[in-house]
Amino acid sequence: MRKLAPVLLALALAATACGSEAAPQEGGRTLTVFAAASLTESFGTLGKRFEAQNSGVTVKFSFEGSSALVQKLTQGAKADVFASADQANMDKAAKGEVLDGQPSVFATNRLAIAVGKGNPLGIKGLADLAQDGLTVVVCAPQVPCGSAAKKVQQSSGVTLKPASEEQDVKSVLAKVQSGDADAGLVYVTDATSAAAKVDKVDFPEAAGAINDYPIAVVKDAPQARLAGLFRDFVLGAEGKNELAKAGFGAP
Amino acid sequence: MPWVLWPPAICALALVVLPVVGLLVRSDLTRFPSLITSTSSLNALKLSLITAGLSTVACVLLGVPLAVVLARSGARGVRVLRAVVLLPLVLPPVVGGLALLYLLGRKGFLGILVTTLTGEQVPFTTAAVVIAQTFVAMPFLVVSLEGALRGAGDRYERVASTLGAKPWTVFRRVTLPLLLPALGSGIVLSFARALGEFGATITFAGSLEGVTRTLPLEVYTQAEVDVDSAVALALLLILVAVAVIALARPRALEGVRS
Repeated sequence: MRKLAPVLLALALAATACGSEAAPQEGGRTLTVFAAASLTESFGTLGKRFEAQNSGVTVKFSFEGSSALVQKLTQGAKADVFASADQANMDKAAKGEVLDGQPSVFATNRLAIAVGKGNPLGIKGLADLAQDGLTVVVCAPQVPCGSAAKKVQQSSGVTLKPASEEQDVKSVLAKVQSGDADAGLVYVTDATSAAAKVDKVDFPEAAGAINDYPIAVVKDAPQARLAGLFRDFVLGAEGKNELAKAGFGAP
Repeated sequence: MPWVLWPPAICALALVVLPVVGLLVRSDLTRFPSLITSTSSLNALKLSLITAGLSTVACVLLGVPLAVVLARSGARGVRVLRAVVLLPLVLPPVVGGLALLYLLGRKGFLGILVTTLTGEQVPFTTAAVVIAQTFVAMPFLVVSLEGALRGAGDRYERVASTLGAKPWTVFRRVTLPLLLPALGSGIVLSFARALGEFGATITFAGSLEGVTRTLPLEVYTQAEVDVDSAVALALLLILVAVAVIALARPRALEGVRS
């Protein structure tokens, strides 16, 4: 037991070492971007290009649900840029006083129906999803893709009886991919990026629930100047181009 | 007892207690009653209690025989089996959920069979919740029972056999009574684990109010929009868990002693 004391001491030292913030690198600068999970593919590409254009800069992403990111920001997480998948969460961030300046909308997204490869049930539109015996999965109304799904149902008068209300759009997609759901309401961008595994069915009613994607610089950003550059890069021609490729609409 | 054990013991206790204190401090106790009595919260609580109860029954019906086999069988390969039984304890719950989905999902081989026989599918049903909870909770029961059986040894059973008792009689009159104290703690543990089950449920069963959205899933859903309400529900979950453990404590302690 007497041997325990030095071990504990070492552990305690190790713990404090881990706990302290890593010292900023000399020369190299790291830009931290909090971005909605649906931006994973397009922002990943944009980040690489931004690094290429600004030597010595590393872009680090944290992709998560927008509301989880806002929660982290208001709890004091350090980040430079925040890109949300909807206006509501950006508003929450603004209310929490974690933003520097006004957010700008850089893209829009709308819903599409994801179905199994080859569309075995021949689903043509939203109304087809209301058939009996069809297993349909949507997002919970509490998350952005779910509030869009709710809006689309209200404006079109089609009422779905979902088998499950998932927490995020990727889970909906996963259930369609595994074949446990016949169809799911996802973003057109997610259906596009999973084109190898699911088919996408566009429906006109989706126009009734367009999601805006705003981006903003975070207050007290450790790399405030770089953060502004990155925001402008996303809003600029290259950003527009890459986002359009992923299926996003123009603001 | 060496004094040097005190500081880490206090740290260990703090690691468990302080987060709960954090929740309490964060919570809006004046709104607590109204937050936990919303329809969706009550539905989730009800579903949680029913499914956790059912899965505890399933754990007992299936886990008791399994524990006896693992503790008493001399067959080869039992040691490997024991490791397999513990798998749900170490698997990330999401992996457990995926595994269940690939077995019982619409494209899973057992799922196809179920659908052909009954016309129903397993995912997205309350049954799926019970299966997921049983999957993650059963090892707790099996481990406590098996430990008790091994600790007690098999001399009573051997004596009973030499006195002419048939295997079933030995099991009923000797093995089962030996198990009773440990069964108490095993039941409490598996019920508590089933109550807190999250990852496997959301992956395998989905999340729909009144059907598959248990209390932990409701906490997760509420955290997206209203942190106060999520915190209140989390406290409710803790209250229920503490109540279960406290009510069953005497038996559980006996189980530990035996």
